Amino acid sequence: MTQANLRPTSPNSWHYRELNMKNPGLDHLSNGLITLTEAGHPIVAGSADLQYSNGLNRFAARYPDRYVSFGISEQNMVSAAAGLATTGMMPYVATFASFLGLLTCEQIRMDVAYCALPVRLIGHHTGIAMGFYGTSHHATEDIGTMRSIADLTIVSPADGPQLEAAIRASVEHDRPIYFRTGRGREPELYNSKADFVFGKAVEHAQGEEVTIIACGLPVHPSVQVAKKLAAEGRSVGVIDMATVKPIDRDAILAAAARSKVILTVEEHNILGGLGSAVAEVLAEEGGPARLVRHGIRDEYALIAPPTHLYAHYRLDQAGIESVVRDIIG
Amino acid sequence: MTQPVRNDYRPTEAEVARLRDRAQFVRLETIRLIEIAKVGHYTSVFSAAEIFAALYYDVMSLSADPKWPDRDRFLMGKGHAAVGLFPILAELGYIPTEVLNGYTRLGNPLGDHPDMRKVPGVDFSSGSIGHALSNGLGMALGGRMQGRDFTTFVMLGDGEMQEGQVWEAAIGAAHHKLNRLVAIIDRNGYQLDGAVDDVMGIEPIDEKWRAFGWEVHVVDGHDIAELTALLRRVKADASREKPCCIIARTLKGKGVSYMETEPGWHLGYLDPVDAEAARQEILSKVI
Repeated sequence: MTQANLRPTSPNSWHYRELNMKNPGLDHLSNGLITLTEAGHPIVAGSADLQYSNGLNRFAARYPDRYVSFGISEQNMVSAAAGLATTGMMPYVATFASFLGLLTCEQIRMDVAYCALPVRLIGHHTGIAMGFYGTSHHATEDIGTMRSIADLTIVSPADGPQLEAAIRASVEHDRPIYFRTGRGREPELYNSKADFVFGKAVEHAQGEEVTIIACGLPVHPSVQVAKKLAAEGRSVGVIDMATVKPIDRDAILAAAARSKVILTVEEHNILGGLGSAVAEVLAEEGGPARLVRHGIRDEYALIAPPTHLYAHYRLDQAGIESVVRDIIG
Repeated sequence: MTQPVRNDYRPTEAEVARLRDRAQFVRLETIRLIEIAKVGHYTSVFSAAEIFAALYYDVMSLSADPKWPDRDRFLMGKGHAAVGLFPILAELGYIPTEVLNGYTRLGNPLGDHPDMRKVPGVDFSSGSIGHALSNGLGMALGGRMQGRDFTTFVMLGDGEMQEGQVWEAAIGAAHHKLNRLVAIIDRNGYQLDGAVDDVMGIEPIDEKWRAFGWEVHVVDGHDIAELTALLRRVKADASREKPCCIIARTLKGKGVSYMETEPGWHLGYLDPVDAEAARQEILSKVI
């Protein structure tokens, strides 16, 4: 066999451009945008050299004239998206959440939020989803940075279908939006055809002993934990705070009136993230419920494959269950 | 629509006189408005007064509606020169005179930097140096996607060349062949801490922009006839397949003699006595 004929033979071998096939959860971003474009909305998508990581390659192949390749220039991408929005286009630009939420923070504040332009920012592979790629690629601060920017909506979908539903709904939302999304491998909890309502939490269970308020990846395991404990006769509520800002104060206050403990669970530093947002509501308006914040405890995450990290930081089902049992005994 | 402009086009004597008068108006209004604020960027406007005048009173396609989708766009990387733009926007009818006269006072939409949410006619907000060329890049992309023929002019400070994002946008605009994007560099030679060449040298800027894939022109930024002719030609050139960079060689503080020789005047205040003297000097000169 000559060198030129050499090809991998195992179905387990793969390369970067095959991520979609390996990772169907990545289809949802493009699905949502293709649906909107087909419906006649002036959608334009852009990415900073990561179209196979966020799945926008499918949109780019379908609508090449509506896709902008920005190269590795995230700040330019965000500022240019703002310029595009002034002309009536509806830009959706995506890159790793670690870069979007930190590197381009000032462009988001100045050019997108301050200018109140309908730019949609998609920060993907958020939290510790990048595993052993390390701290440069982890985003455990992006809720904190984005939450302090006025006029910016923050959505943290729990899975691909919820992202797709939120993308579809976003054309009717006249504010800039930061989507904080995973890596497309989240177990599916939602139906992509369901309606997404900005600012409205999704209640999965009501509980008197504890109510888990989670966003993003930890929502699915939290629902599983509540089911398991319910079977044991325990009362655990679960709220998916898919819109982190503006936060659903009513849902928090109702849970706090019903439950002894509110447990926030997030793939983010417990400082500045969902736990802080819930704490603000409870401190100002809440009843006697105690608050426990669970997430990354103001540290840089270790290096490991993502599933190992989720286990280590007790963000998988077993970990969240153990945290809940620590609280309810 | 863009009209053909001959390569040897020159504005008439009457047009030149009118544009000189408008540049003088920009300088005089800047002095008046800074008297209200009691601090401001005189010299940053004075170096760019002819650029403002050429664009707004000759080159740009505008309408009574500041949101007209086919209008030419103007963005300022050096947003701190907005005090020179506001009087023009007021004269065009976008800002009421009483608002202009309340410059920087509590609740007034006009501050040191332009805010598109508050000020009709401001095509994009600025203040954080280095963003504007990217914003303009996005506008040029949007115009092309929608089949609109407008030109996006982005005025940049020369010190702004030190910002990395400018070069991200420079690469991007050339890659996407944004021929309706025009950068105008106000090469006045000074920034807050001193001469640009001393603080962080940027030369050779013409070769840099050429190397980044842009068509480059160098012009005397105070020669209103040359500047206007060049801007008109650049706007009308339908054969260009790349973005265009105009390096306007200017003098910081042009028009007030002591400001032209003292870099400290990047920011300052003239007491009414000195403001009046500066006004008289500007009125006595033909630039």
